[in-house]
Amino acid sequence: MFGRNLLGQGERMVEIRIHGRGGQGNVIAAYLLASAAFYDGKFSQAFPSFGAERRGAPITAFVRIDERPILRRSQVISPQALLLQDDGLLRIPGTLSGLSQDGAVLVNSSCPPEELRRRLEEDGRPLSPLIGLMTLPATRLSLEVLGRPIPNTPLLAAFLALTEMIPLESLLRALSVRFSGDLLKKNQALVEKGAAQVASGRWRKAVHA
Amino acid sequence: MRDILEGSEAIARAVALCRPQVVAAYPITPQTHIVEGLARLIADGLLDAELVSVESEFSAASVVLGAASAGSRSYTASASQGILLMGEVLYNISGMRVPVVLTCANRAVSAPVSIWNDHQDSMAVRDSGWIQLYCADNQEAVDTTIQAFRISERVELPVMVCVDGFTLTHTLEPIDLPDQAQVDRFLPPFRFTRKLSSEHPFSAGTLVSPDFFTEMRYLQHAAFEQAAREILSADRDWSGIAGRSCGGLIAVEGDREAPTGILVMGSVFGTLLDAHRSGDLGRPVRLIRLRSFRPFPTEALRKATEGLAALVVLDRSLSPGSGGIVSHEVRSALYGLPSAPRILSVAGGLGGRDLRAESFRTMLEGLDHAGEWDLRFADLDPDRLPKADSAPESLADAAPKSTNPFPEKE
Repeated sequence: MFGRNLLGQGERMVEIRIHGRGGQGNVIAAYLLASAAFYDGKFSQAFPSFGAERRGAPITAFVRIDERPILRRSQVISPQALLLQDDGLLRIPGTLSGLSQDGAVLVNSSCPPEELRRRLEEDGRPLSPLIGLMTLPATRLSLEVLGRPIPNTPLLAAFLALTEMIPLESLLRALSVRFSGDLLKKNQALVEKGAAQVASGRWRKAVHA
Repeated sequence: MRDILEGSEAIARAVALCRPQVVAAYPITPQTHIVEGLARLIADGLLDAELVSVESEFSAASVVLGAASAGSRSYTASASQGILLMGEVLYNISGMRVPVVLTCANRAVSAPVSIWNDHQDSMAVRDSGWIQLYCADNQEAVDTTIQAFRISERVELPVMVCVDGFTLTHTLEPIDLPDQAQVDRFLPPFRFTRKLSSEHPFSAGTLVSPDFFTEMRYLQHAAFEQAAREILSADRDWSGIAGRSCGGLIAVEGDREAPTGILVMGSVFGTLLDAHRSGDLGRPVRLIRLRSFRPFPTEALRKATEGLAALVVLDRSLSPGSGGIVSHEVRSALYGLPSAPRILSVAGGLGGRDLRAESFRTMLEGLDHAGEWDLRFADLDPDRLPKADSAPESLADAAPKSTNPFPEKE
């Protein structure tokens, strides 16, 4: 199960892939997640896979987190978790590629997860029931608080709440290194809102069940 | 202090710790973040240096040549076409024996256009008379940058710190940035012995008749002997201060007694070491990392390869019509040794092609059947070649295809 690979529970490094589009802050999301892990005392690495650098083009970023120094620098091919910056990305065939058989997908979407599963079935690519799929209206939350459609902060907060792999305080610290003043306050509010949208520890408990 | 930083940001801060007096650069992906970082430090008043905005890489190199000749510690950075555009001036900087440090954020060279990482750019100027040091990770990029200024100023040769573009420059990872006192203890202020001065005017880099040109070239070559010693002593002294070594001229890890080896340069060493530790290589392998390509450490290489029966040399660049550049130099260095290993030359990781554990495993399998002078292209996909041109068996390895794993279309 996904959680068995989480830090503190298993031996394995956690690999995460973030799919987004140019302009959605995909690389920053990866950097924030790796920074949060670092501030929690872990080893981490984040890097983008730049393609055509234009707004709207699909862009992938990678995060690795481990208790030991990370040596591997190849792209993340078999992630345990995926973060998707919009639900349209789910319909791109490569997005789910290599996802662990009991992995997890968190999608920025205002649709319920069942609806996204139904769409995948329609596309002839049904998602295994072993794979966890959750959605979160991160763009709406960001528009409400920031006034801009940057889904990063609520998405990351929800992911950390679901997995409990890194405390939210570490994400807050990572945000405070990158932002200041009003923007930081708004991002702090978004952490709270994002985390409140999901059942804390849900992807961790699934493991122990 | 240990922090989590983007490679470029860490390099910029390492350069700043060396107290450069002149920085000149022209933006080019994937180098841009480094000089942006330096520009920010200067604008914020945290670094007292002259930032010269120029209109091309030719000018960037010319500005640091002039500034260093006038006695200022000078720094620039570039990549790919930018390095090529600097080419003429790079020869001048070395030929005039002027200390300069340049970061090459390694990237492929056009055409076709590729913004991604390989070593073609620095290899294209390997004969320009610059010391070339290749970094395995961002910690080494930081430490090598600091060492580079001392090496360059002691030997009076320019140093190119080669850092894999994107793979290092755009990767956020834990990095220990030294403090100012540590760097000051290691690196004294720059005092150029042949400093240009209006009080004692002289000309440099002028016409040299055939009577002296050979002697000048001899001295330039001989300086690389001294450079090898300075590279080792800089690494040793810096490790005394920072507690970390970068591996000197050449580093050996993995199974040191294994009869099979792989030699690489740059950041792919991490993936290779990870594959080794995870047991993904499928056999005991000696892992060799060439840090200093210029000077080329022949003696150290002979020692590092002693007892090997077979060796894969990975080239992240290509000399079309000839083969792998590093491979040729390794073969040449081992030529004539009665026990020299059989060498398989592999060109791989070209233009950003991802190199994974499987890629290395396939190279090792290829080694079992390789002839003495074989060249393989790692992960070459015959389906992507025009039909009439399908690759002969001898060139393509039988690797799993390492192409875009996240296709937009099926």
